[in-house]
Amino acid sequence: MTALLEIRGLKAEIDGRQILNGLDLTVNKGEIHAIMGPNGAGKSTLSYVLSGKPGYEITGGEVLFNGEDLLAMDPDERAAKGLFLAFQYPLEIPGVATLTFLRTALNAQRRKRGEEELSSPDVLKRVRELAKQLNIDPEMLKRPLNVGFSGGEKKRNETLQMALLEPKLCVLDETDSGLDIDALRIVADGVNRLRASDRGMIVITHYQRLLDYIVPDVVHVLSAGRIVKTGGKELALELEATGYAQYQNEAA
Amino acid sequence: MNAEIRPVKTAAEIGFADLFAAVRLSLPGGRDIEAVRRDAFDRFVAQGLPNSRVEAWKYTDLRRLVRDAKALAPRPDADAWTAARNAGAVFAGLDLRRLLIVDGAFVPELSDLAGLESGVRIRATAEALSADEMVLPLEMAGTDPAAALNTALAADGVVITVAADVAVERPIHLVFVTTGTVPAAMFTRSRLELGSGAALTLVETHEGPDQSDYQVNAALQINIADKARLDHIKITGEGTAALHIATLEASIGAGADYREFGFAAGGAVVRNQIFLKLAGEGTTASVHQASLLSGRQHADTTLVLDHVAAGSQSREVFKAVVDDEARAVFQGRITVRPGAQQTDARMMARALLLSDEAVANCKPELEIFADDVQCGHGTTTGALDDQLKFYLMARGIPEKEAEALLIQAFIGEVIDAVVREDLREALSRAMFAWLKGRE
Repeated sequence: MTALLEIRGLKAEIDGRQILNGLDLTVNKGEIHAIMGPNGAGKSTLSYVLSGKPGYEITGGEVLFNGEDLLAMDPDERAAKGLFLAFQYPLEIPGVATLTFLRTALNAQRRKRGEEELSSPDVLKRVRELAKQLNIDPEMLKRPLNVGFSGGEKKRNETLQMALLEPKLCVLDETDSGLDIDALRIVADGVNRLRASDRGMIVITHYQRLLDYIVPDVVHVLSAGRIVKTGGKELALELEATGYAQYQNEAA
Repeated sequence: MNAEIRPVKTAAEIGFADLFAAVRLSLPGGRDIEAVRRDAFDRFVAQGLPNSRVEAWKYTDLRRLVRDAKALAPRPDADAWTAARNAGAVFAGLDLRRLLIVDGAFVPELSDLAGLESGVRIRATAEALSADEMVLPLEMAGTDPAAALNTALAADGVVITVAADVAVERPIHLVFVTTGTVPAAMFTRSRLELGSGAALTLVETHEGPDQSDYQVNAALQINIADKARLDHIKITGEGTAALHIATLEASIGAGADYREFGFAAGGAVVRNQIFLKLAGEGTTASVHQASLLSGRQHADTTLVLDHVAAGSQSREVFKAVVDDEARAVFQGRITVRPGAQQTDARMMARALLLSDEAVANCKPELEIFADDVQCGHGTTTGALDDQLKFYLMARGIPEKEAEALLIQAFIGEVIDAVVREDLREALSRAMFAWLKGRE
């Protein structure tokens, strides 16, 4: 069986600085992988390289997404193939209504996949339903995307997008940052609803706290741009107790 | 030393002098009007075509940009009528009272003059001039050389009057269209007199054939009496090689409300100069402008706004999207007179540059002679935000569509200022068409 995501020896740099240093990672359908690591280990870089953010140079290795060369695709193509990055800091886009954005994104993906576009009322119906589950005020959908939203609202909005777009692989970049415990619970519930046998997830986090709510199957420690240890969910608890110092030494 | 050095006349300046000499006596109006024309032409001659050393024309050097003076367009014939019939299509399907000005001449036969609302009067400017009505002198733009040229040579246009307290439901659409293959010059003068408490929506579109370097010099004088309300929407379409110079002056009475909206996407060289006088107390005025420029287009919007009386409010938002090697110019000067206490004036100019060669020049000015006022201005110039673009693309939106969405968001704020939904939607469609053209 082809892995959902297969990263082999990935090396990447930005502005001449090497960040990813021969990273290997395989994620199968139905699995949730947590990637933990100290600041500067390359966690966000990994999420950006996977989603195709400009500015990163790939200097080695390869990434296969359902067997296809992910790195050869434009960001929009990756999204249409089913890759979704939940941003650590979702961007504000003044002048673009949230609902317009959601409809444009959904239909752009459907078009690219050769599926029929959905009508505005159909999109609205789906979005309303998901908004309700995530405790999002329907009025918010009329407002410009993320403009004036609180940290919690932004993360709930990311989760709403993820639920609407039904990706094959979700990459959650520090989803817990800036969230209080109530907001964290709502977002985690939203993510857990998306757990499915045909869907994989990579949960990137600095703290173990998020993993109390989104329980992973596999936990990896990322340090200096490589996976330095892999274990079960108990590894997260161990890290919480001992910190990252030992792995930083190991990588160096 | 006070001697002014007068540069050698350009071919175009000599051409305008020859043109004026040739047509002066055949233009409509009796002796008094001819005197007004001569006086205006003298003012033009004294200044010549403005160049970049003239502050008001700093970024639009007509000495360089206007190479020759074209002959006046002939009166529209049957072919011109046929070509003009479907003009103003940007508002097709909307219930507007269409008045056609073809090659500079008002054509009643092509215009919708049936069932005029009581209190509304529409005439050709040529008719008013022939009756020796003093419709030519300009109040605020009088010394401007381009406006002076218009006063000297204006032959026709439309004169509209709306009686006091008449609210005209159906918008009036001035359809300016240039036809024909021989590039010519059109000098039009139009006038709107809005009685106290009256209300009107006036729409203006300008268009003509591509690749023809015809010259349009249009002026519109508006007088808004106390408590009247005017929405004015102007679309500068025009062909790809056209020169379009337009002067708008409006005097706005006490408690009146004036909303100006401009959309500029056509023409090779465009200058929209707007002179506003908030003459009475408690007046509100707003000017919103969207320019969408590409190729080597040059579009200049220059606003001179005068707060004369107390307690008035003005809002100006100018936005330009500039692609390729195009240039957008915005100059805005707000003056607050000593008597204009409690003035609330705000002006913002933003330019979005889509290519490395695109240029935007912004020059906002405030002159405040009253001490109890709130005034502010700001300008920004920048490119599309790559981070925002990536965010949209990461959600599956292709690059060009992501850019279009961001451009639309940028311009949307200005288009939202149009009150009537049907007109707003037509303008949105015009914006989409421009964005489609980029793909």
